[in-house]
Amino acid sequence: MTYRNPPTTPRKSATFDDYTLSEIRRAAATGIYDIRGAGAKRKLPHFDDLLFLGASISRYPLEGYRERCDTSVVLGSRHAKKPIELKIPITIAGMSFGSLSGPAKEALGRGATLSGTSTTTGDGGMTEEERGHSKQLVYQYLPSRYGMNLRDLRRADAIEVVVGQGAKPGGGGMLLGQKISDRVAEMRTLPKGIDQRSASRHPDWTGPDDLEIKILELREITDWEKPIYVKVGGARPYYDTALAVKAGADVVVVDGMQGGTAATQEVFIENVGQPTLACIRPAVQALQDLGMHRKVQLIVSGGIRNGADVAKALALGVDAVSIGTAALVALGDNDPRWEAEYNELGTTSGAYDDWHEGKDPAGITTQDPELMKRVDPVAAGRRLANYLKVMTLEAQTIARACGKNSLHNLEPEDLVALTIEAAAMAGVPLAGTNWIPGKNGF
Amino acid sequence: MPATSKATRESHARVFDLDVSSLRELNQALHNLTPGSNETAWEVLNPKGNHSVAVGVDQPVSIDVRGSVGYYCGGMNSGSTITVHGSAGPGVGENMMSGSIVIKGDASQYAGATGKGGLLVIEGNASSRCGISMKGIDIVVHGNIGHMSAFMAQSGNLVVLGDAGDALGDSIYEARLFVRGKVDSLGADCIAKEMRPEHLELLQGLLDRAGLTGVKPSEFKRYGSARTLYNFNIDNADAY
Repeated sequence: MTYRNPPTTPRKSATFDDYTLSEIRRAAATGIYDIRGAGAKRKLPHFDDLLFLGASISRYPLEGYRERCDTSVVLGSRHAKKPIELKIPITIAGMSFGSLSGPAKEALGRGATLSGTSTTTGDGGMTEEERGHSKQLVYQYLPSRYGMNLRDLRRADAIEVVVGQGAKPGGGGMLLGQKISDRVAEMRTLPKGIDQRSASRHPDWTGPDDLEIKILELREITDWEKPIYVKVGGARPYYDTALAVKAGADVVVVDGMQGGTAATQEVFIENVGQPTLACIRPAVQALQDLGMHRKVQLIVSGGIRNGADVAKALALGVDAVSIGTAALVALGDNDPRWEAEYNELGTTSGAYDDWHEGKDPAGITTQDPELMKRVDPVAAGRRLANYLKVMTLEAQTIARACGKNSLHNLEPEDLVALTIEAAAMAGVPLAGTNWIPGKNGF
Repeated sequence: MPATSKATRESHARVFDLDVSSLRELNQALHNLTPGSNETAWEVLNPKGNHSVAVGVDQPVSIDVRGSVGYYCGGMNSGSTITVHGSAGPGVGENMMSGSIVIKGDASQYAGATGKGGLLVIEGNASSRCGISMKGIDIVVHGNIGHMSAFMAQSGNLVVLGDAGDALGDSIYEARLFVRGKVDSLGADCIAKEMRPEHLELLQGLLDRAGLTGVKPSEFKRYGSARTLYNFNIDNADAY
């Protein structure tokens, strides 16, 4: 019997892991960068790295089933004659008709309205589906100005000047030809079937001083009635927030890198911008330094999934959160019931992100008339409302346990962090210590 | 609002003196107009570079602005006829839906940006990015236009009697550009195109609407999209 040396176990590189290798092969074969939807998929410091302390001897809780815990929030009271009043501090983020099907937009409007919150248009104009079914609709004012018109501006409940989004701060949008149906093409004044590029810069203003003049114009056009939001990607949250306030914003929306997109380069989504958790404290600090915290409202989005995330964001000082990806999942996106079809597309439920291709088996990120029939706007809207209700109840449960009769009374002192990174980003102590990295010289 | 009662005997126009009344009062009064109003003639005195003069007007009235304006004059105009007896700052007629705006002097950057319809006439020169992202508006410039004009222009017509700066029509879609003078350079995917009879006819109509006589369509060259960048192709990457 011949002796064989003991073999080593085959070892894959941590640097060149299976995904990285597959991407190199894909790039070599196609010569095109990978485009996909959704937000950053890499593991990031997030709300999971924070914990609430709850009540104890020094704090007393509220009775879970008896004592009231307020969830309402008013947005836009700084300058607008008609601020938005929401029953819950969770709004639906901007997602375009074009990237989403008409029934999906309608479902978002129905779900938001049932829940007493607002929904938001996107880079493609306002559709009758969403205006008709959204009691409170935020109209995005984007660099492309697709479908932008005076009538829709005046029938909006608020205007959101979009400077950037978390998935791609500094990047424009892309809607590939497959999704440019006749209706989408008409709304965007473009030929059918061509790739539609949304500009990365606004065409008629640059910088904070111009933005102030632009906001003045929007206020004048709408007779100072509507709240004006400014949305930025999570790039420089302290300065972007301060400059938005200086420019006259009623509400600042900061979108972290887990925030989704309809279609952007993978390399952009994963490598540009900051995690949502890292954006919150600098944005709140900017408001506090200007004496504008709670006067200009802060909305944060990017990876909000449950009531704990909502409560943690509010405890860190935000006024409301916004959900996009989670809302799509509530409507039916990436549902395992379509697993066979996801497999045919070379993916699996939960991982499907080729939203730009317009083949979504769930009928949400598509303009295919047959696929979009799979979204029943009434039932999907109901699911979204259920989900929003659960998130709200969860956040209230935590707030009561912390002794708060309003979600907005949650505070950083209610939190600790599980990791040094999260402690540094959130500005709360590492669990079991009184150490906040970066504070007091350490 | 004392200034509003100072209607001139000659014109019976409703006069707003921005030295006396606020911009807010002016725009609110214009927005309060209802269809069929008899207040069809308006005059704005002392604009003195104010921003957002006569924005969001949606009734077919005429507005004479006596002097120069700042940013976004006539923004989102829907059906009114605005004449600026002076020069205009950035973004004049931005996102105009319909109606017309005439600038007797020069216009700054982004004139007619993203305009959906209507007619914008600039009797002097226009600066850079004239007609950027235009979506159906017609723009006629008597003088020259600056660089990057008609960037990502989607539809509508841009007529320039003078010269155009660098990178005209960069990443243009279906807008038509007519330039009588020289073009410093064309942007990505913008090419000179044949002037066919239908284009001469279209251009004549635009010149007529702009009140230009004695200018021959045959003196212009037409530019538009080569349509090579309409669908992404890696071999075009050098063009960007």
